[in-house]
Amino acid sequence: MRFLALIWMNVWRRRVRTSFTLLCVFIAFMLFGLVMTIRNAFTLGVDVAGMDRLVLINKVTLILPLPFSYRDRLRRMPGVEVATHQTWFNGAYQETTNVLNTIAVEPEQHLKIYKELKLPQDQIDAWLADRQGAIVGKDLAARYGWKLGDRVPLMSSLWLPQQPWEFNVSGIYDGGAGVDKTQFFFHYDYLDQNRAAELRDNVGWYIVKIADPGQATSLSHQFDAEFANSGAETKTTTEKGFVESFAKQIGDIGSITIAIASTVLFMFGMVAASTMVQSVRERTNELAVLKTVGFGDGLILTLVLAESLFITVVAGGLGLLAAWAVVQQGDPTNGLLPIFLLPTQAITAGIVLMVLMGLIAGVGPALAAMRLRISDALRRV
Amino acid sequence: MILRQIFAVLMLNLRTIPARLGSSTVAIIGIAGVVIVFVSVLSISAGFSAVMSGAGSPSRAIILRAGSETELTSAIGGMEVRIIKEAPGIMRDGDTAVATADLYVIIDIPKINTPGSSANVPMRGIEAEAMKVRSGISLIEGRMFRFGTNEVIVGRAANQQYANTKIGDTIVSGQNRWEVVGVFEADGGLPETEIWCDVHSLQSVYRRTNSFSTVSVRLITPESFDILKTWLTENPQVHASVRREDEFYSSQSETMTRLINTLGFGIAGLMGIGAIFGAVLTMYTAVASRTREIGTLRALGFNSMCVVVSVLAESMVLGGIGGLIGGTAAFLAFNGYQTSTMNFQTFSQVAFAFRVTPQLLGTGILYALVIGLFGGLLPAIRAARLPIPSALREL
Repeated sequence: MRFLALIWMNVWRRRVRTSFTLLCVFIAFMLFGLVMTIRNAFTLGVDVAGMDRLVLINKVTLILPLPFSYRDRLRRMPGVEVATHQTWFNGAYQETTNVLNTIAVEPEQHLKIYKELKLPQDQIDAWLADRQGAIVGKDLAARYGWKLGDRVPLMSSLWLPQQPWEFNVSGIYDGGAGVDKTQFFFHYDYLDQNRAAELRDNVGWYIVKIADPGQATSLSHQFDAEFANSGAETKTTTEKGFVESFAKQIGDIGSITIAIASTVLFMFGMVAASTMVQSVRERTNELAVLKTVGFGDGLILTLVLAESLFITVVAGGLGLLAAWAVVQQGDPTNGLLPIFLLPTQAITAGIVLMVLMGLIAGVGPALAAMRLRISDALRRV
Repeated sequence: MILRQIFAVLMLNLRTIPARLGSSTVAIIGIAGVVIVFVSVLSISAGFSAVMSGAGSPSRAIILRAGSETELTSAIGGMEVRIIKEAPGIMRDGDTAVATADLYVIIDIPKINTPGSSANVPMRGIEAEAMKVRSGISLIEGRMFRFGTNEVIVGRAANQQYANTKIGDTIVSGQNRWEVVGVFEADGGLPETEIWCDVHSLQSVYRRTNSFSTVSVRLITPESFDILKTWLTENPQVHASVRREDEFYSSQSETMTRLINTLGFGIAGLMGIGAIFGAVLTMYTAVASRTREIGTLRALGFNSMCVVVSVLAESMVLGGIGGLIGGTAAFLAFNGYQTSTMNFQTFSQVAFAFRVTPQLLGTGILYALVIGLFGGLLPAIRAARLPIPSALREL
């Protein structure tokens, strides 16, 4: 602690150099934070996907429906707490190209399964009471300026003949970090009664909440066996597995983002290292004098490392903070990446990386400083 | 005169770069890193949109249900298809229209490199005229499927990216079995990601009796489009919208390209700012280590302008070297890299290859030079302002 002032003076010995080095490391960790946010966005919210929720889709493809009758068969099976279904509506707002995340659900069951959707009781009651009611995510409502009670017309090319379909905004839900707040949920009954007769009594997929997550695998097999050899066989996975497999469809975003982050950290780590090398080289005399007056090898090593760590940790910390602040502004792509947040693991990883960067950048010069022989160093002048 | 001075000083600068190898390397690597990321990320969207826009031709048109934006969400009944095929503007071969009513669906098949999880692979049921409508299709392996069977042919890219799509393989999908009998190519366009079969076989499996997704037609001439469009709009029996095929497919790449470009430009932009700071550091070091040299030059009568220009030029040379290294590395590592992604707009897989185009490389190197220029600015001014006497006194 006694030497903080000394470290501080050394850091600011060359103001311009230190400032630009700090800026480089700042940008490196800001980028790190943003890239990790993008990586997380492409996992499509797998963190909040429940292990106690199973998804049943048509074995051939997700776009083929499952019979409505499966609901009651599922509800009768042991180990099932809640079984409900969802149907993709493909609703477009204002323009046919502007397709929103619109899903027909059974409201009561839906809220029972998705406890992470937060909305006041009076809004829930309003939704349950209004067949044309819908609850929309906070971010979606904000994007179009929807308020409670607003009437929203949506077009759907999937479910002719009636269009546009009229909805009332009954509730606006919020939720913790990682909850997709761009969705639009409405009554399945409203859809079913108004779509073409030959399309009725079919649902998109089933969501089942099971009592014991430990039984997910065995129950999945039981469900699939139950509907085997029928006209609509099922494929059951945990919701987490389902989301993961969906994310994999987009491609290996994980490797791409890790590659970018590594490039960035390597690039700017070199800048920090080069600064430290120069800074120690310039101070050869001073270091020799310090040693002459009795500073031990360990202390010299610590002083140089502390200087290097100061640069990376202060600038890196501010960089992560800046990334966080940018991410708070929300998804820059206007709805394509609904789960846009800086994950906690990324913050932890960032802190570890900035300490590592400081140590790696400082260790060479610090060792050189420690091994400095006083007689050689002083003779150099 | 001044040019010769600048040139002399610049050569001196460049010849002494090896003496400052360490700090110059930092700047070069930094700039190379920016260019690698910039070029490689944008090569993804270049490759993606090349496949999407390579799929279409202005001499073909695609007819969807009114209000539908994608083939997957479009549905046209058999009766309507028959009426549509009577429309003027469509090329005819004898009595039959050169037109195909397709059923477009997706089928779950794993990608080869993620065997555990399935992907939405597009599958297209076609009518016999389809090969006449789409002229660029040719079989490169095996044979055409026989109509009335469950045989399929797969596009070349699908064949490389998805499991069980070799000739002789059976694609098992629920209770259905599809036999792969051929592989086709389509000038590198979107159909190469697809699996093709008889539309009637597909209808029965997907329970879409006598229902199709779209009708694709060959126009008599590209100008016949308007005739066809007017006729379809005015006919009360059809509820359809018609698009030129090339415009239709390239519009479906917009969301994806915009997403990749936003992220690519954002990341590369920030990295570029960081690289400028890195270059500033390098050039300050360069100027500082040459203080006495610069003082001497000034004392000899070289004016400050040529000192400025020489520092800027050195910085841009470093930028240019970084740009070349980065561009070359990105080209070698990523050009032609085959992959497959899900197009958000169509909910279907698209197989494509990264494309490091000459244009992209040019932009990358230009970007590197700009970084070098900005990085050199402040140090150049510092160099020009060095007071000669004290500069000469420097060690």
